[in-house]
Parts: sequence; C-alpha cells; structure tokens
Amino acid sequence: MSDHGPSSLKHGERHNGDVNPRRKFVGQRVTRLEDPPLVTGRGTYVGNLNFPHQLHMRVVRSTYANAIIRSIDTSAALAHPGCRGVWTGADVADIPPITFRPTSIQGLEPYRQYILARDRVRYVGEPIAVVFADDPYVAEDIADLVTMDGEALPVILSADTAPGEFAPGLSTEALVLRKNFGDIESALSSAFKVVEVDVQVGRHSGVPMENRGALARIDHSRDVLECYGQGKRPHAHRDAVATLIGRSPASMHFYEGHIGGGFGVRGEIYPEDVLTCLAAQRFDRPVKWVEDRRENLLACNHSREQRHVVRGAFDKDGRLLGIDAKLWHDQGAYVRTHGARVPDMAMGTLIGAYHVPSYRTVGYVRMTNKTPAATYRSPGRFESTYACERLMDAAAEQFGLSRIEIRRRNLIPKEAYPYARAMEILDHAVELDSGDFAGLLEKTLVDIRWDELQAQVAARRAKGELVGVGMGFFMEKGGLGPVDGAKVTVDTKGKVQVITGASSIGQGVETVMAQIAADALGVEYRDVKVIHGRTDVLEYGIGSHASRATVMTGGATRMAALNVRRKALEFASRHLVEAPVEMLDIVDGQVVRIDRPGEPGIPIGKVAAALAPSPATVEFGNPGLTAEGWFETAGMTHPYGIHTALVKVDPDTGETKVERFHVAYDIGCAINPMLVEGQIVGGVAQGLGGALFEEFVYDERGEPLSVTFADYLMPTANEMPPVDVLLTEDAPSPNNALGMKGAGEAGITGVGAAIAAAIDDAIGIPNAITRLPVTPQRLKALLKQRGAVPA
Amino acid sequence: MASKMAITLNVNGTEHEIRVEPRKTLSDALRGECGLTGTNVGCEHGVCGACTVLMDGAPVRSCLMFAVQAQGRELRTVEGLAASSKDGGKLHALQQAFIDNHALQCGFCTSGFLMLAAGTLEQQPDIDDESLREVLSSNLCRCTGYQNILRAVRQVRDAGQGGAR
Repeated sequence: MSDHGPSSLKHGERHNGDVNPRRKFVGQRVTRLEDPPLVTGRGTYVGNLNFPHQLHMRVVRSTYANAIIRSIDTSAALAHPGCRGVWTGADVADIPPITFRPTSIQGLEPYRQYILARDRVRYVGEPIAVVFADDPYVAEDIADLVTMDGEALPVILSADTAPGEFAPGLSTEALVLRKNFGDIESALSSAFKVVEVDVQVGRHSGVPMENRGALARIDHSRDVLECYGQGKRPHAHRDAVATLIGRSPASMHFYEGHIGGGFGVRGEIYPEDVLTCLAAQRFDRPVKWVEDRRENLLACNHSREQRHVVRGAFDKDGRLLGIDAKLWHDQGAYVRTHGARVPDMAMGTLIGAYHVPSYRTVGYVRMTNKTPAATYRSPGRFESTYACERLMDAAAEQFGLSRIEIRRRNLIPKEAYPYARAMEILDHAVELDSGDFAGLLEKTLVDIRWDELQAQVAARRAKGELVGVGMGFFMEKGGLGPVDGAKVTVDTKGKVQVITGASSIGQGVETVMAQIAADALGVEYRDVKVIHGRTDVLEYGIGSHASRATVMTGGATRMAALNVRRKALEFASRHLVEAPVEMLDIVDGQVVRIDRPGEPGIPIGKVAAALAPSPATVEFGNPGLTAEGWFETAGMTHPYGIHTALVKVDPDTGETKVERFHVAYDIGCAINPMLVEGQIVGGVAQGLGGALFEEFVYDERGEPLSVTFADYLMPTANEMPPVDVLLTEDAPSPNNALGMKGAGEAGITGVGAAIAAAIDDAIGIPNAITRLPVTPQRLKALLKQRGAVPA
Repeated sequence: MASKMAITLNVNGTEHEIRVEPRKTLSDALRGECGLTGTNVGCEHGVCGACTVLMDGAPVRSCLMFAVQAQGRELRTVEGLAASSKDGGKLHALQQAFIDNHALQCGFCTSGFLMLAAGTLEQQPDIDDESLREVLSSNLCRCTGYQNILRAVRQVRDAGQGGAR
C-alpha cells in the first residue's frame, strides 16, 4: 500500500454559486485551536472542576443480574459520621423514568429506566442507591455499607433465544421492527442462487478515556441550576433533565468544558446525571459525581451485540435481486435515550452501497439482563456492514467470482444518484445524495497497488505464512438535520466569536468552525474563538452526534459569518468608505477596496467599534457587528468508503496481526484533512478493538467479567498497524454549499467486515469468520475444528 | 476516617505541604491537595497510564501509589513541562510536536503520554522505533489510533530535543 495522503486533494475549484468562494483555511491542514490548554494540563474535564462546599455522590450498584428487591438496608450508611444523605428508589419515586428521543416507534415506554431501581433490578451495575458525603473517599466508604436483599430470578443473556418476562405480563421482546420494499418473495423464488450467512457481533462499546461525571449547583443570583460535564446534545438533554426534575428549561443550563472522548456513549442522559442535578436542587449545595472505571464498564452504554441472518437472492450473473434479513438486537436491561435507533439504523443501512431491488428485514429488539445498550460510533452500521459484506464474500465464493468483482456488479452506479430507497431510517426517507463508488474502488485498487499486494500475499503463502487481504465496503450517513444555528460576533479588537450549539468531544469542532468562519468572513482562523456546549448563550442547538457537526453547525457558522460580512461591508460602504458595497471585500481582517489593491484597509475591529449602539447604527438596522445564521437541510449526507486489511494469522496462538490497513473515503469536502485523517485512524483503532479484542463477557449468572482494562482489552500502540488514508472529494453533497458529508465514523464502519474477510483469506477457509471479536481463543478453536491445525 | 498525615510533595520544583490520609493516592493528592489537575485519572488500576508522572525521572502510575510514598521524591507533572508564563511560557518540544502532528484529540490521555515520552527520551535519547512503540504501548489512547503520537515522539527524538523546550 502506498503512502498516499490527503495532500492530493484539490480545492477551490467548485463554487456552487457561493458569494464568497475564498478558501484560505478550508481544506488546509492547520493545527488545532483546542490543543494549547490540553498539552499544558489546563483541561477543564469535569473531574477538574470544584465548587466550595460541594457534596460528593457515590452510586451503590446492584450485584444481582435479575432480582426482586426485598429490601435495601441503609442504616449502617446513615449511621456513618460523614454521611450527608442516602437515597433509594423510594426517595426519588416522584421522578419519572428517563425519556428517549422523539420517535414514531411505539411501545418502548415500559422498558425505560428509573434513576434508582424500584422493586426490581435487571443488570449488575444498576443504580440502587446513592450516598452523599463531603469527601469522595468517605462517600465510597459509606456506599460500601448499603446492602440489598434480593430474590434472584433466572437471567436472560441472549437475544436470539426464546423471550421471557421483563415484568409481569410484559415480554422481553420489546419490539419487532420491519422495513421492506420491492417484491422479496419473487426475488427469492426466481433467484439463480440464494446465499445465506448467519453472523454475530460481540458486545462492546465506546469506552472513552475519561469516565463519566457531573457537577451541579444552583446559582441563586439567577435561579439557575448549572450542570457541568455534559457533552453531545446540550440543549435537548438540558430540556429533558429539567423536565425530569421539575424545573423549567430556562432555569437550567449545561456547560460542557472539555470532554475526554464521546463516541456516542458520553453525554447521554444517564441515571447518575439526573441524580446529580436533583441532589444539587434538594441539598441546595453543589454536588459532584465522578465514576470509576469499573462503574464505567458496568453502567455506561454498551453497544453492538447483534446477530444477523442475511439471505441474498442473486441472478445467474451474481447480481442481487433482493436481500431478506433478520436481526436479533440485544438491548440489555433497559431502553435508554436512543430508543430503537441502533436496530433501526442497522436495518436501514444493511444494504449499504449496493443496488438492491427488493429488501425485507425484521428486527427483534429484545431485553436481556446486561447493561443497557445504545449508540457507539457508527451505530448499527458497523454491525450491518459486517453482515452485508459477509454475504458478499459468501456470494463471491459461491459464484466463483473475485470478492471485488461481485461487488463491482452490485454497486449503485454513479448515474443513479440521487438514489432513493422506498423506506425510512430514523423516520427520514432514504435518499443517497451523491456517489461514485465504482470510481472510489478503482482509485483504491491503484492506491493499495492491488496486483502487487496479491502477488506479495501469494508469495508469502507459498512459504507457509497465513496471510490474507479483506475488504469492507460501506455507505455511511452524516449531517443529520434538520436545522442548526450559530451566532457570529466581531469585537472591537477584530477578534471573532462563534457561538454554536455543537459539542466538542475531542473531534476538533472549534478548529473546523474557525476555519469555516474565517474564510466566510475574511479573517485569520486563529482570531476566531468558538463557543460550544452551552445552553445559556444560544437558545437552540443540536449538539454533536451522527457525524453531523461539521455539516450542520458548519453550515450555520458559515451562514452567520456571511451575514456578518455583509453587514460589515454594507455599514462600511455607507458610513466609513466612499465606495459601493460591490467594490469592498474583507481580506485578512481588513475592509479593503477591490479596485485599489495595496491601499490600507479598515480593520474590522474598527467597523465593529463604529457599529456600537448609536442613533446612526440603530437607524442602519441593528447595532453591533453580529449576526445569526441558520442552516437547514432536508436530507442526510452519505459519504462512503472502502476498508482494506492485510493480516497475518499465527496458527499456534490464534493471534491475528494486522499488518496494514487502508481507508479510502469520499468525504465530499474535507475542511481540515489532518483532522479527518485523525478521525479515521482513531476510528480504525476502535474498529480493530471490536473486531479482534474488545468484548463485554458475562458468566452464566449474568455476572460481568469485563470490568477492568485488564479484562476489556483495547488496542495499544503495539496492536495498531500503519493506516493509510485516501481521501477523495469526488461526490460532494448537493445538500450544502461546501459539499461536506461528515467524517466522524468513516474509520470504523468497515473494519469488522474487512478483518473478517482478511482472516478468511489468511486461513484459506471461505466464510469461516461468523463472529466478532475474533479473539485468539476463538480463532484457534476454529482452526482446530476445521482441521487447519492439529487438534 | 483515618487521621491525616502531614507530608511535603516536591512537584515541578515547588514544595507542597499538604495533609492527606495514608490511603490517598498520589494522583488524587496531586489533583486535589496540590491543585495540579493536569494529571488525569482514567482507570485507577494502573493500565491506562493517563495519570503517568515522573518520579526521580522515571515514569510512574500516580494512581497506583499513595501520596505518602512520594514524600522526599522529585515529582514532575505535565504542568512542569513548558516554561512558566513569566519565563515566556515556551512549550516543551514534545508539547509542540503533539500539536504539530495532531497527536491528541480529546486530550484526556495526553498528559500521561507526554510524561511517559519525556521520561523515556530523557533516559534513552536514542531509543529505536521498535522500543519506543513498545514503551508507548503502556498507555491507552481512545481517539488517535496512536499513529500521530508515535510520529510526534519520533520527531522530537530525531531532533535530539528530548529534554528541551
């Protein structure tokens, strides 16, 4: 594979009727504005924040996987001299269960979680009580004194066995989802071949390096409950938590500070967040909660655990006539904030990049006695891409076609975009906005020097090495709308502030927004400060999730900056320069005359000063060099890519060594290729974790066995192969002016598929891999079972 | 509650006279009693390395030590890497290389990686690539995929700037 980098990108050739097509910073690999405080130890992670006289909250968690609560004994805890309070479910009986996001899917309400268990616990780690003390060590001491007496019930630990009872009269099968279009029955009956795969993805999750935490207090000068430490969707979650604890949204604000990784799991509404806010309100003291790693692995959202049975109906040439799929989704003990979004997305995206005339899918959403599951980076798509690509590999084998050729025959052709599918994902009609997948495939084969690679692999195999190559094709989705806003203000020193509703979870949103604003306005990107994650400075915002911040918040930032630019030029034209507005521009922070290059301009800080409130500026319109901007989009964006893995299997240990990894990705428009690459390489690392190492394992009693980093194995520098990234911009999104599509999930979506295929290839057994992660134990057992190594 | 002990921690050349319970971890004492919150705590069982600091020049997991054990030792944390602001605040070569190479995203593991790398390069300025990878594999990062961290540290090593600002 080559060392091809994103430096090959060509920028600035597409204007889209843009009033300001300048690209000085957009497309550049500029360093991050976020970094200086983070490399000098000045981060504001919630654990670093404190208020005077704060209480520390500690959660007592269930040790039963499924039990009726007979009693909870708090007497010893209450008798501890440092104890400031103990709550059990009875103390918070007035708080409704945690809501999930608006959805058209009905029937999930009974499966929501209360902030403290009431009469029943359903997973090890479920909060059953909280204790409060002045010191976090003492709070832990006190928590150890709370005991629960429970009547243990049989546990359900898999989603693909017979459902049981969640509660009296209520099945653990919470939901059966269905999607379909076209005539699948006739596709199956007329097929030349029907190919079937039955594959599973193990339970794993985002596991950010920072554990969860929250710090809440009431500021009586404003009668506002402040909560620090939330990230992801500040406005929506502020509204939801305020409602749960009986406050009006305007009397509660979220402040996110630095967040030590998001990945879908951080920043959701958990029982602990609500308890912290409620305690600040009830005790009228600041309350701080920071979990430890064991709690994080027990109680933060898990994800991914699914089984897919996928049948593909193919014609005699290996072209798909239809796909018939079934999915068993292990939801864990409760339905959390995402409702059924993960299985919904898995079902909606399974057919990926392929032209599939008919599709039928059924999803069984089932509750088990494990930690509740929800979204993790590329939710549903990591799983469904793996399932669909296993099918394509199986079809290649059965048709005697190469794994590339079977895909080539089924890719959606370039000219078919925009490509609609007669179904919905997350209540949105599916329309793939733009794409040229075959073009990306050809570029990939050149970039990885496919023929050379095949020859090298063959030569090594001839020497007895178990090496192989696998690919995973994926269709992503990003830029989830519908609307986002931003506000841009220039101060009298010429510094620019962008207030956004995005969240910064480590992905570089400040830098990206600054680049977009700087080009739209005509200033240096380092002069742009980006505010995010605060509900008190912007009334609306939709946060950072689903690879949407760059597209949506970037779109809004650009609109707001263009509005400020227009305002500055119109005011300058009228009051500061004797020139029509068409003759003016802003370059490097100066209002200049286009027709007089080299003539000194007026610094925009001076324009801002001149726009200070006065009769003249009121007459002009509204004072201040400030404007809002709104961006709306009807559809999602659909970036796409190809992952290629080269692996070597050690038959003695069962270890899979990933030697090289290549990601080809059409992003539409890369605002900062360095950050995109960073997102992709980081995503690959997480994907390799889920494909080879990471799994939340339970014993037969529902006792979690992966509760430390010694049991839950994440990739280190030693496990990471060199990753090459080929970024292309061949299919910009028609849905926004810059053509952006989103970057957050591109690195992870196809990893499971590519690794499974590469291991098959390495061990020479087609479709051997049916379960992720492919741990050394599993692979060794498989090799023995298939007679590939002596038993 | 156990009674507190009076100890002195020497951190980045400054003496901190603090009172801690014997069970207080070094990481918690640095963060709480010394006000040095740049040292982050990721697992409290010695695997992730986010809390790595230098003790007498060697990288250690500050979550696996009690504060009282660090008395009389010379501690260095991320706050001590750059020049002080009154001396211009110039970043340590590693800090600058991490920025230049996009070797951090959320930043939570960064302090630990910086201290691990700083201690390693001071002790082994000519460490080879394979050994460097091996050493850096003792810390976890969930964002970057390590590639840029390795690149940043190699760059500083190659420039012979291991201990420099």
